[in-house]
Amino acid sequence: MDLYAENILDHYRSPHNKGKLENATVSFADTNPLCGDKIEMSLRITNGLIEDVGFEGVGCAISQASASMLTDEINGKTVDDANAITNEKVYEMLGVPLTTNRVKCALLSLVTLKKALALTKL
Amino acid sequence: MFQVQKIQRDFPILHEPLNGKRLVYLDNASTTQKPQTVIDALVNYYSTMNANIHRGVHTLSERATDAYENTRTKIAQFIHADESAEIIFTRGTTEAINLVASSWGEMNVHEGDVIVVTALEHHSNLVPWQQLVKRKNAELRIIPITDDGFLDLTDFDKIMEGSVKLVAVTAMSNVLSVQTPLKIITQKAHEVGAKVLVDAAQGVAHLGLNVKDLDIDFAAFSAHKMYGPTGVGILWARKEILEAMPPYQFGGDMVKEVFPFEAHWNDLPWKFEAGTPNIAGVVAFDAAIEYLKQLSFADIQEHDQKLYTYTRMKLRDFPKLKLFGPEDAAKAGGAVSFVIDGVHPHDIGAILNDSCVAIRAGHHCAHPLMQRFNVPATARISFAIYNDEADIDVAMEALQNVYKIFKIS
Repeated sequence: MDLYAENILDHYRSPHNKGKLENATVSFADTNPLCGDKIEMSLRITNGLIEDVGFEGVGCAISQASASMLTDEINGKTVDDANAITNEKVYEMLGVPLTTNRVKCALLSLVTLKKALALTKL
Repeated sequence: MFQVQKIQRDFPILHEPLNGKRLVYLDNASTTQKPQTVIDALVNYYSTMNANIHRGVHTLSERATDAYENTRTKIAQFIHADESAEIIFTRGTTEAINLVASSWGEMNVHEGDVIVVTALEHHSNLVPWQQLVKRKNAELRIIPITDDGFLDLTDFDKIMEGSVKLVAVTAMSNVLSVQTPLKIITQKAHEVGAKVLVDAAQGVAHLGLNVKDLDIDFAAFSAHKMYGPTGVGILWARKEILEAMPPYQFGGDMVKEVFPFEAHWNDLPWKFEAGTPNIAGVVAFDAAIEYLKQLSFADIQEHDQKLYTYTRMKLRDFPKLKLFGPEDAAKAGGAVSFVIDGVHPHDIGAILNDSCVAIRAGHHCAHPLMQRFNVPATARISFAIYNDEADIDVAMEALQNVYKIFKIS
């Protein structure tokens, strides 16, 4: 099946940046009520720069692989760069066809990241 | 015993190729498929009798009203209610339970009172009670379950101490298909002066429902889980209870007389049916009841138990797979839940879907039950009268793909 491409399964089995940052400056957790996927993003941000990022979560291969890929993508980037990441960028990183219900799984990490970043503005 | 192949012929969706394959539908606890007679009844309603009910004097309105009220009478007979005035049509089980929580609960539950539910409940029979006790400063107590999923009644007497007003309990778990000892619960509840509400949404298509024999006070269920249309639910309650309850929603059809600054309520059951209901759905629900009446619930249970045992036997051959629910099929029936170590249930569901096998993967609207078993979700195979061992075999073959893709052995 196309959905379970090797790169997705690699990220699922050996996720990057897995774990909660102890010295995070902001963190946020969100869930996908459809299937119970859960992602918590924790970030250490200094002067608008994402110095470190970690995620905790349970969920399907798509939701966990997308969180792994997304944290790779934003590590070391600015908050503005991270905020500019689009849904399409996530689809591109995953590189597999997604049905309507799986889109929610794929985007859970991005939605959670943006909610966490919004907290830094408060 | 009924012939499954004959039943399969009555459900057109089962013969419609899906993505070029034969559909194996094993998500019946979510909703069942509909027989041709129900589909025809919907078409027939809109083709020959569409009109608003309880209003016009014209022929179509008479026809629609008669057909709508005829279903009410049929349901009353089907669940052994005393009279059709005790049958209230709602949008579904959820609305039926909310009706009781809002109307009866508002009037009868006060500070310090107790509502008892069980750890098996679907959110629809939990959240309305959580909200009610919050509004009233009352207390919610939960009957725990054993590791097999049975209600654990060890401390039941203690749970029933104090001012218990209601026990709200499912007839059959939507996740584990465990049956509950409704008679024991009802007897105890009535001893202490509490009422009993049964969420029969899952149970009614598998066990039937006899409100008289169970001696309960309220029952709620949905047409769509018993081969009828979506958007139709039933609340049954004893007449004297319904008569004392205030209306739940206000507007047309639920009033007898309206003056500029006040209104008088209609008689039962219409007092609780404000606005234009799902007339087509109710009318077509009659065909679903007729369909079920051709079968016997003893046969349906035998059929369920056979599939339950067969499915569990097959699943036991898979490595790293954990089954939930009781071994004994006689105490369960329509659904088998499981998890595979290292694979999220959502991925199991998606991979089975590639073989055109429809199962449910998720929390099944029962978060607390998932927490009880310490899993985020489960995969669930759930049966209906049209499923057979061949369906399970296709599902098991598809399950092999999960192990291949995730490289689990």
